Amino acid sequence: MTARQVSVALDGTITVRVGKVELGQGIVTALAQIAADELDADLAHVTMLPANTADGPDEGMTAGSMSVAESGAALRSACAEVRMLFLAEAARRLGEEPGRVVVRDGVFSSADGARRTSYGELADGVDLDRRAEGVALPKDAARLRIVGTDVPRLDLPDKIRGVPRFIHDLVLDGQLYGRVVRPPSPAASLIEVGTARIRECAGVVSVVVDGSFLGVVADDEAAADRAAAMLRDAAHWKEQDSLPNENDLPAFLRSVPSETFTVVDEFDDAATAAPVAKTLAASYSRPYLAHASMGPSCGVARWDGDSVQIWSHSQGIFPLKRAVAKALQLDPDRVSVQHVEGAGAYGHNGADDAAFDAVLLARSVTGRPVHVRWSRSDELTWSPFGSAMVVDLEAGLDAAGRVVSWSCDVWSQGHLARPGTADGAPGLLAAAHLARPIPLPVAVDPPASRGAGSTRGAVPQYDFPRRRITGHRSLRAPLRTSSLRGLGSFATVFAIESFMDELAAAAGRDPLEYRMSQLSDPRAREALETAARLGGWEDRTQDPEGVGRGIGFARYKGTGAYCAVVAEIEAVNEVRVRRLSLAVDVGRIVNPDGVRNQIEGGAVQAASWTLIERVRFDRRRVTSVDWESYPILRFSQVPEVDVTLVSRPDEPSVGAGEAAQGPTAAALGNALAAALGVRVRDMPMTTERIVSVLES
Amino acid sequence: MQETFELVVNGQRHVSASPRDTPLLHVLRHELDLKGSRFGCGLGLCGVCFVLMDGHPTPACDTPLWSAAGRKIVTIEGLGDSDSLHPAQQAFQREQAAQCGYCVSGILISAAALLADNPHPDEADVVAALDRHLCRCGAQRRMIRALTRRADAA
Repeated sequence: MTARQVSVALDGTITVRVGKVELGQGIVTALAQIAADELDADLAHVTMLPANTADGPDEGMTAGSMSVAESGAALRSACAEVRMLFLAEAARRLGEEPGRVVVRDGVFSSADGARRTSYGELADGVDLDRRAEGVALPKDAARLRIVGTDVPRLDLPDKIRGVPRFIHDLVLDGQLYGRVVRPPSPAASLIEVGTARIRECAGVVSVVVDGSFLGVVADDEAAADRAAAMLRDAAHWKEQDSLPNENDLPAFLRSVPSETFTVVDEFDDAATAAPVAKTLAASYSRPYLAHASMGPSCGVARWDGDSVQIWSHSQGIFPLKRAVAKALQLDPDRVSVQHVEGAGAYGHNGADDAAFDAVLLARSVTGRPVHVRWSRSDELTWSPFGSAMVVDLEAGLDAAGRVVSWSCDVWSQGHLARPGTADGAPGLLAAAHLARPIPLPVAVDPPASRGAGSTRGAVPQYDFPRRRITGHRSLRAPLRTSSLRGLGSFATVFAIESFMDELAAAAGRDPLEYRMSQLSDPRAREALETAARLGGWEDRTQDPEGVGRGIGFARYKGTGAYCAVVAEIEAVNEVRVRRLSLAVDVGRIVNPDGVRNQIEGGAVQAASWTLIERVRFDRRRVTSVDWESYPILRFSQVPEVDVTLVSRPDEPSVGAGEAAQGPTAAALGNALAAALGVRVRDMPMTTERIVSVLES
Repeated sequence: MQETFELVVNGQRHVSASPRDTPLLHVLRHELDLKGSRFGCGLGLCGVCFVLMDGHPTPACDTPLWSAAGRKIVTIEGLGDSDSLHPAQQAFQREQAAQCGYCVSGILISAAALLADNPHPDEADVVAALDRHLCRCGAQRRMIRALTRRADAA
């Protein structure tokens, strides 16, 4: 129904409900622009409501760089219809033919401009509580006025002033504060815990022990923290070794039982077979990576006896609602979820888990909201990780060095374990620790139609004949994995684009020229040419010793944004990234500065992943527990980032959020090879790793 | 008699009767309802909880109440005045220097301390002043630009 998306008040306020949520990526601003433009309304009159399951649209997950494409298209249609209905009413009241009514900044005028009315004045004459008919056509690109402009982010003024806005800041009537004491290691289980002393402490309201799930509820956060520390000291756990050897993850991934699946297989196609003059092979890897959000996961819940209300920064409030209902065997209609902004999210982090923690603790204090905030160490050790991966590539080259056959094997744990996705399991952390446990599912992969998971990005955009691309998804999950920005593409694109440089070197050709000679997609070519120009590719031959430039390219998921990167690295005493120059084509651009911000941030985060990040663990425990044991790039290490947007107003809009990850990694690896003459095929490219490659 | 601690926060005197080892961050967020200083790590390693203590950027998460007693504390809420934002806040708004914004209030505290010492910082000055802060969204370049361009304009 239209009214579920858009409503207009008598004061002219236009309220828009979307199912996609703000993760710090600016999506709510972009969607407000789309709505205002389609309505020909003043952007200042548009209010974006936070998503909730009670009366908002179910738009699934805010993930996969799909929000502008999916939610934007639906919103555009809905707003076009609202505009048509208001225009018809305006025509009636103004005594003008509908085709002659002019709409601008929310004002409807007769053709001569003499008679005017507005959305607010017309609101009582238009019933939006009706089924969308889908007959109104959205605007042509040429008529867009707000889309395509640098509208400042709607949420930033509050954040810059320090006005409460995050779920961490939420204070509800009668609110209590909860903390969960997690097991010390993934395979640990509780032996015993004495709680009598803790229950008597000042401020403690309840202590919950259910299987290996331990938690406290207290009057305030300081009391909750003190009680949680006591509970941790009082708990005795049985631990066991369950983790792979962190220093040989490729061996683990190749040997673990896995599901093998074919992405592309053209090897039996005799017509494409050409003589192979030379064959090259190489393997590339990435470690487990942490989301490492600046704000620990947080959730709030109130148990009302026969229903539960949840506040969450989940990326999928409807799936969370269904998962909580399933885990607790409740009627889903008894569970409602309100979205509240959290700190930046880059995929499936602990948001859903924290919400479920709050539900479990809230059951012990019926009628009172319980606010749960994770510790830094729980955030780093218990949020799902992006999986370690290894990518094996083999290429057959003809006499001129062109690729005539291409084989790729991707080994990985799955990249999708969000609530309700993997075998329909709730996928909620605490459920796995209850006395009647619901185990965490082994992560699966999104289907190819949603961009795949382990093999995301594994199909090269080059004009290779005879390709065979195979995935091997682990059926074991010693470490919990799920979606992290870019999913498998961070490794597959790194592998493909590193290998392209190695193939170019074997053929004695320039890496850019080598790519262009096997790339016919004009948008891909323009992205590469633009990045090369921006990054001073032609000057690379004059780079002094110890300085190098490298290039990387991909079209995200094969269907999304085009992104090419030139990285300039200085590797003298240590590796320093001087500059990343990116060219990006996201089709029609809704908010240019918003796209730039996403690409800049993505490139910096990808540089951090590539150069220094790696989840550390021994055979029993995850040992990356704070910012010293899981460092990320600091101000003094962040490179210059230049972004050029290739404008394509007539192409559909696609998301920008994940496009930079893989190409940036590859450009850095290629720049390092240019600077030092060594090829580092395993991330992170730390000084220690580079030295070991130099010595081998 | 119960021990109390007196501090001055954003120019207002505040007396706290919380236990002496209570983190300053808790006092700010819960007793004073100043939510702009945020919890990030609890170890003073990420910078999202920074406040000015007698003018120096200080992590509120691992500063115990007793050691804040008698000090002048300024939080993000106290940087500007009622009419206008602090110049650092204005620069961040102009440059759209944030993504999720969780780290930004702590960073603005260090930025304000920098500008108080050095109204025209160059890039190296800004980087040095902000290097104790982490930003996971990768908005660092925007923040550096915001503060150096401000200097250019001045």
